[in-house]
Amino acid sequence: MKVKLKIWRQKNAKAKGKFVTYILDDVSPEMSFLEMLDALNTKLITENIDEPVAFEHDCREGICGCCSLYINGQPHGPGERTTTCELHIRSFKEGKTIVVEPWRAKAFPVVKDLIVDRNAFDKIIAAGGFISVNVSSAPEANSILVNKEKSDEAFNSASCIGCGACVAACKNASAMLFVSAKIRQFDLLEQGKVEKIKRVQKMVAKMDELGFGNCTNTYACEAECPKGIKVVNIAHMNRLFIAAKVGGQKEV
Amino acid sequence: MTKLDSKIPEGPLAEKWSKYKASQELVNPANKKKLDIIVVGTGLAGAAAASSLGELGYNVKVFCFQDTPRRAHSVAAQGGINAAKNYKNDGDSIYRLFYDMIKGGDYRAREANVYRAAEVSNATIDHYTALGVPFARDYGGTLDNRSFGGVQVSRTFYAKGQTGQQCLLGGYSSLSRQINTGKVKMFSRRDMLDIVVVDGKARGIITRNLVTGEIERHSAHAVVLATGGYGTIYYLSTLAVGSNATAAWSAYKKGAFFGNPSFVQIHPTSVPVLNDYQSKLTLMSESLRNDGRIWVPKAKGDKRPANEIPEEERDYYLERRYPAFGNLVPRDVASRAAKERCDAGYGVGDTGLSVNLDFKDAIAKQGAKAIENKYGNLFEMYEKITGTNPYKEPMRIYPAGHYTMGGLWVDYNLMTTIDGLFSIGESNFSDHGANRLGASSLMQCAGDGYFIIPYTITNYLADKIREPRLETNSHEFDEAEKAVKEKISKLLSINGSRTATSFHKELGKILWDYCGMSRSEEGLKKGKELVDNLEKEFWTNVNVPGSETELNQELEKALKVTDFFELAKLMIHDALDRKESCGAHFREESQTEGGEAERKDKEYSYVAAWEFNGKDKDPSLHKEDLNYEYVEVKVRSYK
Repeated sequence: MKVKLKIWRQKNAKAKGKFVTYILDDVSPEMSFLEMLDALNTKLITENIDEPVAFEHDCREGICGCCSLYINGQPHGPGERTTTCELHIRSFKEGKTIVVEPWRAKAFPVVKDLIVDRNAFDKIIAAGGFISVNVSSAPEANSILVNKEKSDEAFNSASCIGCGACVAACKNASAMLFVSAKIRQFDLLEQGKVEKIKRVQKMVAKMDELGFGNCTNTYACEAECPKGIKVVNIAHMNRLFIAAKVGGQKEV
Repeated sequence: MTKLDSKIPEGPLAEKWSKYKASQELVNPANKKKLDIIVVGTGLAGAAAASSLGELGYNVKVFCFQDTPRRAHSVAAQGGINAAKNYKNDGDSIYRLFYDMIKGGDYRAREANVYRAAEVSNATIDHYTALGVPFARDYGGTLDNRSFGGVQVSRTFYAKGQTGQQCLLGGYSSLSRQINTGKVKMFSRRDMLDIVVVDGKARGIITRNLVTGEIERHSAHAVVLATGGYGTIYYLSTLAVGSNATAAWSAYKKGAFFGNPSFVQIHPTSVPVLNDYQSKLTLMSESLRNDGRIWVPKAKGDKRPANEIPEEERDYYLERRYPAFGNLVPRDVASRAAKERCDAGYGVGDTGLSVNLDFKDAIAKQGAKAIENKYGNLFEMYEKITGTNPYKEPMRIYPAGHYTMGGLWVDYNLMTTIDGLFSIGESNFSDHGANRLGASSLMQCAGDGYFIIPYTITNYLADKIREPRLETNSHEFDEAEKAVKEKISKLLSINGSRTATSFHKELGKILWDYCGMSRSEEGLKKGKELVDNLEKEFWTNVNVPGSETELNQELEKALKVTDFFELAKLMIHDALDRKESCGAHFREESQTEGGEAERKDKEYSYVAAWEFNGKDKDPSLHKEDLNYEYVEVKVRSYK
């Protein structure tokens, strides 16, 4: 089938970007979205049309969180619980223009074309998204008992792939879903409770410092999350954060 | 010919590691601050090594090519991580785990290393649990286990089908904690392009900043490679498309021997190649074979839809050939059997290169709900890729390149033949012999990083405390950087008519055909010739657009492909040398009358460690003889 693409091109972080239109005549509906971009790049290179489009990708099976792309106004394009690499051209109608942009968020500056810098997520994790235990000091695994339902819920929160779709989907570019999923994962597990106050304070402070916006409860993040992370995480984090303040816990 | 010294400690197998630790050299905390260590790679092994070395007080620099350490390809491991906890009271022990790995590896792994890998496995589970890895649990709150990979005990810890992701994120969180303390410095979006050897010791690396294109120099007292396997050499594989062999290959060319390069595990249950533009093969977990039945039509070229083929016209060939193990034969056996049927003309699908994995009987017996509970996420994944519903019609699967048992040769210290250069996780040749058992990869990577390298690298560094930090302006750094820059300039100047990817794809096809699941002398020689010709064409006809001073993904790809060409030839060379079938390496000349693999222990019970002699010269073979003191070497039979 024939595909008309309107793609954001930006040489580097400092350059001004613009949309450029490309047409691909012979696209199979069975191609994945990224394979379609591969085909576009092959054409751009071999027919000497333009420089290839830079986009981020690695595992191509929906687990590494590399791929991003804001497709027709939706992070990871159409399809529920689907990353861009799992998206197939059969999800698009022939003849319709497909608009492809990078994530748009102040905290995720564009590096080149469709690639953004999501290092802010790493900084939030480094601020407190961990359990402080050194190698060799862990107790025997089964000496920590965790209620199965809580453990399963912790797993659900932990299945975040750090792609940033939640930030891209949010009109305020809030990182609340990402941050709260990590906080709730650890808070549900016995081994994570020791540092729970410090963790929520440090991670939230870092998130604010890095220029992510506030949550205004539109739930766009949950709707667009390719891994089905729920907004219940945000509520959990807010409760913990407020309790830390009201409870007179010292800011750390 | 130098003799390889694997430096295995004296004493009984079960005491070797304890004795090593009790008698090794140590470095006091004040001196650790003066020592720098480079870790390349942030998967299970790399993240573990970097964080544990940071905790010890060393100055660590860690590198990855992705935008963040959390994306390393360990993230994609599905099934689980083994440990000898014996929580199921089913007779497991460190010895049994060790034994299963030696046997599963078809008696081509080193006893002492494998025993140690089993020995530290339990501490890995303790550590991940303490880090908040949400392993599956039972109602009493204890950890759950499942059986995996055809062994007789249930020793696999898991987090649904995302065990790798959860372990990796656990490792990433503790790495992040060390980054926050400043003990570990993270360099993401960096490709390691060369190793710098000074006075015979690994003292640094050359990297390319993938955003700015800058070529950077980093020095250290020791270098740890945790750079994963090279399965992407086949182009289509279950690996991340960015995975590559460059770091290990640059080490090989600087003097690190390469062990068993032809040992590649072809995983039997991957989504098959569906079309020509496919860029990636997605694994369907081995656990599916617990309930799925594998079959092809009894009639050649039968193109009817699977559901229209009646029961009596189906050939459940694994159950027919291997009645004792049926669909649960080990990976290598299942892969070869699928290839045999397809090559004989019985394959299904448009390409004829796939077989059916059918859940009809399991659904009839257990109900769709039970199957969904066990495999729901895999079924969903399959449907996303193929657009067909595996509850209603069989999955179509085919083997795919998956894991490389081969890698840099290391001694008991996990040190390569270059002093001060260590290799951990999948990047070393290590513990899996000629065939890896399921759920033992995560186990080895984490064990290497958390519980082995912190000891052995300390032992190495103990006498380096007076060596000052190395400046990066020596001629060794100059030369390494110059070579890298020249290679890049050359690639950018060719201006040919084909993309790097098109060469990679063709190379992958050659290797798949001639050095894949089944190898013969004739085929290997033909493969070598084809690779040679393709490599020549590459250097005159590749088109790498853009410049070296910017983010340039085509240049990144081209650089990887140059190394794949050279590695492909070493793989073929090694496969030619090993005129036996063992594990994943099947030589057509070495099979029984019934078509089963025939191992030749008298001639080939060795690790082949290859030494680089220059680009256009044949490598030299160094043999590490494998002596089995604690297990009896037997023929594997699954009949």
